[in-house]
Amino acid sequence: MDTKIELQGVKKRFGQKVVLDGVDLKIGKGESVVIIGGSGSGKSVTIKSVLGIVRPDAGKIYVDGKETTHLHGRAREDVLKKFGMLFQGAALFDSLPVWENVAFGLIQGRGMGRRKAKDIAIAKLAKVGLGSEVANLSPSELSGGMQKRVGLARAIAADPEILFFDEPTTGLDPIMADVINDLIVSTVKDLGVTAVSITHDMVSARKISDRIAMLYKGKIIWQGPTKDIDASGNEYVDQFIHGRADGPIKMEVRG
Amino acid sequence: MNIFASVGRLFLLFLAEVGRLTRFTFSSITSIVRPPIYWRLLVQQIMRIGWFSLPVVGLTAFFTGGALALQIFIGGNRYGAEAIVPQIVVLGITRELGPVIAGLMVAGRVAAAIAAEIGTMRVTEQIDALTTLSTNPVKYLVVPRLIAAVITMPILVGIADAIGVFGGYIVATKSLNFNGAVYLKNTADFVTSHDVMSGLVKAAVFGFIIALMGCYSGFNSKGGAQGVGTATTNAVVSSSILILAANYLLTSILFTS
Ligand SMILES: Nc1ncnc2c1ncn2[C@@H]1O[C@H](COP(=O)(O)OP(=O)(O)OP(=O)(O)O)[C@@H](O)[C@H]1O
Ligand SMILES: [Mg+2]
Repeated sequence: MDTKIELQGVKKRFGQKVVLDGVDLKIGKGESVVIIGGSGSGKSVTIKSVLGIVRPDAGKIYVDGKETTHLHGRAREDVLKKFGMLFQGAALFDSLPVWENVAFGLIQGRGMGRRKAKDIAIAKLAKVGLGSEVANLSPSELSGGMQKRVGLARAIAADPEILFFDEPTTGLDPIMADVINDLIVSTVKDLGVTAVSITHDMVSARKISDRIAMLYKGKIIWQGPTKDIDASGNEYVDQFIHGRADGPIKMEVRG
Repeated sequence: MNIFASVGRLFLLFLAEVGRLTRFTFSSITSIVRPPIYWRLLVQQIMRIGWFSLPVVGLTAFFTGGALALQIFIGGNRYGAEAIVPQIVVLGITRELGPVIAGLMVAGRVAAAIAAEIGTMRVTEQIDALTTLSTNPVKYLVVPRLIAAVITMPILVGIADAIGVFGGYIVATKSLNFNGAVYLKNTADFVTSHDVMSGLVKAAVFGFIIALMGCYSGFNSKGGAQGVGTATTNAVVSSSILILAANYLLTSILFTS
């Protein structure tokens, strides 16, 4: 399998706080990888480094075999055309109606006409279970779960080669979560998209991923096929997937 | 403890800030000339920055013109020179008070609004989202605001000049017993195109400062609601100070030859 994305020894710290301490990860073309890890372990920072929103302090990042670590300006924009991203907090543009949020990449990034882009936006909204009646609403009029789905529609709108989902099912009811899981699976399987998702939801992780990687203390401490997750032989992974308070991972809780 | 160390540290922080602002200014200016230009956003910003500032600017200009007429009358009275009111009012308004008052009012209104909007977009990751949608945030957010402010401020100040002179006229004719026709004739005979143009040049510079500081503070806001609040305050304070400093500089360039 060809490698689509590769991180080599990526390091990042904010002030004194080391967040990524040498992340190595390869993601194959057409593969769906889930990154798991505790809250604040740097999962979001990891995918933001690939997008260039966060500039790594050290290490290299490759997309389609080309190094993209230090790209900016036009060159960065061109690489980003391959990506669709769902932000953890949806990050919808609150000055634009829902449909323009979804169509944004088509209109601004690709210069598509507004009418055609609106039709595509409404079709993408339908894929995430939202009717055309929300198209003209403002994002602030939607519930949290609906905003998340609009964010998802925006991520898939331009049919990118690579999709990043930061907690796609958080805040959704179990049924809608499963609809989104199916959507992610079908996007990857049918369209051959490469997907990297972050999730705390192990049901979703098992369903959408070919492979799981666990981030702990700034490094990938375990990775393997999803079917092996229960027999990882790694006590950190075991503690995490079973959600136990006791174990090698010590949460920083002060009493 | 060591006072020199703390002063030194503050000075370094100040230099770093100046450096960041310079870089931001530079990248904003180079983005203006590079396509695309977002016309739809430009029109929207012209409405927001220019049109909706008209009431505030008009009212302040009116009262300033009125107060100015009164002061010159009272001051002139001491030397028996109270007839000079129309000439000094038009000079003061077009050269200094029109642009400065409009600049400060728009700074309070617009720089704050820009900083709050862009700051919120920063802390809710909307600016990162723009980037991932292959849209340059500086081009999309900063350029329309900069152009709109530089275009609309001179228009606002032109209107403020007229309203300010009118405020002086009303006070002079209604309570200081000036003859209306004579007042207007003296005003028109005295004012030169250089007086008006210098004020409009100042206005364009102030517009640039207002939009730039609003955007800069917004882009650099951190944290949540509190960070956005700080950014808003910074935008108003820094743009007001820069306007007054630039005004002095421009006065000394434009009126000493
Ligand atoms: N822009 C930033 N400035 C300073 N610190 C940051 C910044 N972004 C992230 N951090 C810090 O980096 C650490 C990792 O953040 P990150 O958002 O990647 O966590 P996460 O693994 O996604 O957690 P969660 O599951 O809660 O979303 C956190 O401690 C956070 O405070
Ligand atoms: Mg996160």
